[in-house]
Amino acid sequence: MARIFKFGDGISTDAIIPGRYNVTTDATALGKACFIEARPDFAASVQPGDVIVGGRNFGCGSSREHAPMAIKAAGIQAVVARSFARIFYRNAINIGLPVIQCDAVYDAIEDGDPIAIDVHSGSIAVNGKMFQGETPGPVAVAIMEAGTLIDLIKTRGWAAIEEVS
Amino acid sequence: MGTLTEEIFSRRLGRDVHAGEIVVAPVDYAMAHDVTGPLAIEAFRHLEVPLWDPERVILVFDHILPANTVASAGLHKLVRDFATEYGVTHVFQEGICHQLMVEKGFIRPGGIVVGADSHSTTYGALGCFAAGFGSTDIAVTFATGRTWFRVPETIRINLRGALPPGIFPKDLALQVIRRLGAEGANYLAVEWGGEAVEAMSVDERLTLANLTVDFGGKAGLCEPDEQTRIYLGDAEVADLHPVAPEYRSVVEVDAQTLEPQIACPPAIDNVQDLSTVEGTQLDEVFVGSCANGRIEDLAIVAGYFEGRQVHPRTRTIVVPASKQIYMEALARGYIQTFMEAGALVMNAGCGPCLGRQHGVLGPGERALSTSNRNYAGRMGSPQAEIYLANPAVAAVSALAGAITDPRGFN
Repeated sequence: MARIFKFGDGISTDAIIPGRYNVTTDATALGKACFIEARPDFAASVQPGDVIVGGRNFGCGSSREHAPMAIKAAGIQAVVARSFARIFYRNAINIGLPVIQCDAVYDAIEDGDPIAIDVHSGSIAVNGKMFQGETPGPVAVAIMEAGTLIDLIKTRGWAAIEEVS
Repeated sequence: MGTLTEEIFSRRLGRDVHAGEIVVAPVDYAMAHDVTGPLAIEAFRHLEVPLWDPERVILVFDHILPANTVASAGLHKLVRDFATEYGVTHVFQEGICHQLMVEKGFIRPGGIVVGADSHSTTYGALGCFAAGFGSTDIAVTFATGRTWFRVPETIRINLRGALPPGIFPKDLALQVIRRLGAEGANYLAVEWGGEAVEAMSVDERLTLANLTVDFGGKAGLCEPDEQTRIYLGDAEVADLHPVAPEYRSVVEVDAQTLEPQIACPPAIDNVQDLSTVEGTQLDEVFVGSCANGRIEDLAIVAGYFEGRQVHPRTRTIVVPASKQIYMEALARGYIQTFMEAGALVMNAGCGPCLGRQHGVLGPGERALSTSNRNYAGRMGSPQAEIYLANPAVAAVSALAGAITDPRGFN
């Protein structure tokens, strides 16, 4: 069963992947360096499908897309947070890392708790309780259905976004 | 009708656009640098289409300049090869991307510009809607000249009164961040106005617009005015004003009662009055960055350094934001003043701000910086501490070897 890695408020993209470790475009290398200083045991202990639960303003700071790439490559299935910084949220959706905004779950869980989530519906089951993430915007839904922003634009062009705007 | 943001999008799209709408809009320019560029280029290549316009793609080497490892040199080569293959003409290695975007004339009032860097908000100082994006979004703009926006609602921030001695735009921005918190403007645009902004130079407004993203803002705009026209050397700059705007909220800040503001480790919104942390000993002072590396900032520091020595405990690093600023500082004698005072002067670029090249902090070290980020590990060791302040505080703190109030300093 997927387990939770719990983080606090204001987790910056510098914490997710420090500047000294993102001098690469190789996702595997980024995954190995994910949270290398903020939580050094992270990359080695993540099992594929595990979930990050963060506090407020998750992914704040630098626009580096290496951050969601690192989280995804580390094996994390999805990030649930009380709130996300705008650029991180958009980057995660663009590369196919599910992100779910849900305020209520944060105080109901501890690090290491088992969790089940449905990244399509945004429903979260943990400690015998169900939580519902906020509904993403129509563009985010269109990108998620296509897989990535590149997949969406390559197959359907801007019409795919213009028709939901 | 509407906020500056709504006015800009309405004019660009030729119809009334309101906050909350999702639009696909053409942009003037798309910028990427040596860290975000490689991912953007790889994503762009996956699209298998021609480049939208080789004269509207801007590539800047600034975060690691010159390359300091084989890995960074390899990424630089990836960007250079792309520029050659696609005929990209605007390729720069002479300063921080944001400063160059402004200096090179790519930013126009009423424009829309996107950058693969969070501090792309900087260009809003000239009345341009400018926002930061990740590499994949920029790759799609490289291919199409467009991107999608959810047109943001706006927080209006009125900065009242005249700035007293020792108080600078950095203090006003940090005061706003102190009040609104690090995500206070998340998903929102910010309009900077009020008589303090009207009295500011464009250089000073660039600091406000720059720091807008550090409390979450998508864009940070100032109304273009006479200062803007003088700065651009163009009397023909079109009028652009908010017209019967409806703001999400209005924030009033009294500049006259402020004391210097310090963002203390480890978060941008951990802002204190200087007096709270006065006397904190410093191992490093960094003057530079896209927040405060312009000629007016260097002039402030040179004024304090003239005929003095930086404290032997405190290595002091000065990095002009661009070659143009560096050469102006040379002509004015500032560079000589910095060097005679014992400071290290590095080539124009991002410098120590992001801990990837020179000026890296060791475990347990403490720095004061004129930059805009103080996360643990930002400038080196995660056990180091970073304080953010205005250039006058940086200057007198370098001389004293500890956090010092510039007011009354002699």
